[in-house]
Amino acid sequence: MTRNCVFLILILCTTLVCDAAIFHPISDSHRSAALEIFAPVDGSFGSLEEAYEALRTFDLLGIGKQLNIRASACPSVVDTLGSASSSLKDLFYALRVNMLLKCEISEEVFAGIASRCKASVHDAKSLFDFYYSIGSLRLIKDHASEVDVVLSDADEIFQAIKALSQSDGKWRYSSNNPASSTYAAGVALQTLAGVVSLATTEIDQSLIGMLNNDIVKLFDGIEKYDDGVFYFDEKLVDALGHEGPLSATSSIVRGLTAFAAATSGSLNLAWKAIGFSIPLILSLPATVLSMTRKDQLKVRVTTVLGSTAPPLSVKLVQAFSSGSKGASIIESQDLKFDAENDVHFLDALPKSVDLGTYHFVFEIVLHDSEEKNIYATGSRTKVPIYVTGVVKVDNAEIAVLDSDLGNIETQKKLDLAGETALSLSANHLQKLRLSFQLTTPLGHSFKPHQDFLGLVERFFYLSGKYDIQLTVGDAVMENSYLRELGSIELDLPEAPEKATRPPPQPVDPYLRYGPKAEITHIFRTPDKRPPQELSLAFVALVILPFLGFVVGLLRLGVNLKNFPTSTVPATFAILFQLGIAAVLSLYVLFWLKLDLFTTLKALSFLGIFLMFVGHRTLSHLASTSAKLKSA
Amino acid sequence: MGKSATTKDAQALFHSLRSAYAATPTNLKIIDLYVMFAVVTALIQVVYMAIVGSFPFNSFLSGVLSCVGTAVLAVCLRIQVNKENKEFKDLPPERAFADFVLCNLVLHLVIMNFLG
Repeated sequence: MTRNCVFLILILCTTLVCDAAIFHPISDSHRSAALEIFAPVDGSFGSLEEAYEALRTFDLLGIGKQLNIRASACPSVVDTLGSASSSLKDLFYALRVNMLLKCEISEEVFAGIASRCKASVHDAKSLFDFYYSIGSLRLIKDHASEVDVVLSDADEIFQAIKALSQSDGKWRYSSNNPASSTYAAGVALQTLAGVVSLATTEIDQSLIGMLNNDIVKLFDGIEKYDDGVFYFDEKLVDALGHEGPLSATSSIVRGLTAFAAATSGSLNLAWKAIGFSIPLILSLPATVLSMTRKDQLKVRVTTVLGSTAPPLSVKLVQAFSSGSKGASIIESQDLKFDAENDVHFLDALPKSVDLGTYHFVFEIVLHDSEEKNIYATGSRTKVPIYVTGVVKVDNAEIAVLDSDLGNIETQKKLDLAGETALSLSANHLQKLRLSFQLTTPLGHSFKPHQDFLGLVERFFYLSGKYDIQLTVGDAVMENSYLRELGSIELDLPEAPEKATRPPPQPVDPYLRYGPKAEITHIFRTPDKRPPQELSLAFVALVILPFLGFVVGLLRLGVNLKNFPTSTVPATFAILFQLGIAAVLSLYVLFWLKLDLFTTLKALSFLGIFLMFVGHRTLSHLASTSAKLKSA
Repeated sequence: MGKSATTKDAQALFHSLRSAYAATPTNLKIIDLYVMFAVVTALIQVVYMAIVGSFPFNSFLSGVLSCVGTAVLAVCLRIQVNKENKEFKDLPPERAFADFVLCNLVLHLVIMNFLG
């Protein structure tokens, strides 16, 4: 359904010009979006219907030339038209695509299709059978004028289609389906328009009169959006899927325009004015005008598709402030035209225009009255305009008053433009008054939308230091601000028993899962080391007992006479000594760099070795001493 | 008068002690010397600690305990090696020395771990 939208909007705009909504012309962004939506997948479209929608949209928007759809779509069109087994729907869309692409099809093929369509019109059961057959015939008539497409029994066909209409102006899709639809009404109108244009003789006026009544009833059911746009709603949801109000409305509008064109005057309705005219759209590049920048009011008039409008002038009918109703500040002023930029502009806003919201009403006047039939200018367009500027803040002062007498206890001037760091104190018997004056550039006093003094309304009897913030803001104020004013020390009484508890501090959900405050580790500062000399002296001192020990040993007359003399025990004895030395060195290494596990692993091997060697040595010594004893 | 008598007594006592100790076997004297060496080293460390404070307390403790521990082990060795002690008559001194070595190794493994 989205695919339909682009050109449906166009048709909607051509007819139901509304008076309130502001349109903007179709821009390049719309075009590129359309190109994206309708871009063929792998160079071809899913079906001929999709191909037609894409081609029609590209045609209207003037895009898609670089896609070279012709090369991929034409063979499919030729195939479909040449095959006898193609369905009516496929034939219809193939002809439509052909209408846009002008593929090479011979007259015989058209003649064959025409006779097939004529035959199917006579035994058509459903509305779409009629629609596709008649539509195909119409397309053939436009494309190949030699082929005979004339319907000799147009009245009968007209009646057969008319038989599907309902009393409320809607139509049924087929005679055995009681549900009626607005979309079907549009389809039927298009089909009937085709019948009228293909008829050899004039259609019976009474039939057309009956149809007029149906259309009037159909318009009784028209609905209106809030912004004033009319539309036909579609309530039927069936096997064909739900047609939205947009496609239902477009279907009816297409039906009506086709019918009005075909009957050329026999449709004696107010709706005769419908269609044919190109709508002109009035759009504003900016609806916010800054007084500080001295912005000009600019208006651009284009067609819906964004192309240049014919010579015309834009008239500012009225401008009034949205606050004071009726009192207009400008009346009937013509805008000047800047041909270079294609903009209509207002030289300068009148002196009386101050900050605020205004409503400007514009009217388009075509220079050439002939063109009024070609272009639809719509009625007046009402546009909201915001005039912004810098608001001056004066005479700001803050005061603490005694409640009962109104005596000023402390009063301070505030410089709201610069930094302020107030420090006040008050208790619950006093009042705080903050006053300041706002003036617009024209010197009028100004009342902003928002001015908050950021004091919390209820303090829950919590004494302490509170921050004061001042916020002054307005949509038309260019210098809205939020300013820290300082702090106030409040001395509040004790909370009574029944006082409401302060609400728990709201937990910011982002904070809960967000990063916590960083934890900085504080290490214990190492104690002051003693002077190095002292430590070295004590190292020397510690060696002294060892020296004493060695000297003592010498004086005792220690000897190594007991050391084994024969080779094998001596080797073991030396290995034993070395083993102990090795274990002690391992301990030193453990102290210096190794960890416990490495040390224990090495120690287990060394220990086993040491046990073995020690056992051998010591048992040798024991046996020697035992021998000595026994000897 | 009294003072000189006391001095004389003390001298006599000291003399008798020395002469009695002279009879001690040499291997026991070596152990005694070793115990003295260990205890004096421990005392020096305690004095050092008293002067500069006990900041790397584990180092101080391991140093002192190393000395004290080995001294205690040496005393144990001395008890076992002493032939006067009938209790350990059947225990060969080599076995006692093996115990001493093993215990010292275990003690110093712990000391080294604690040294930091």
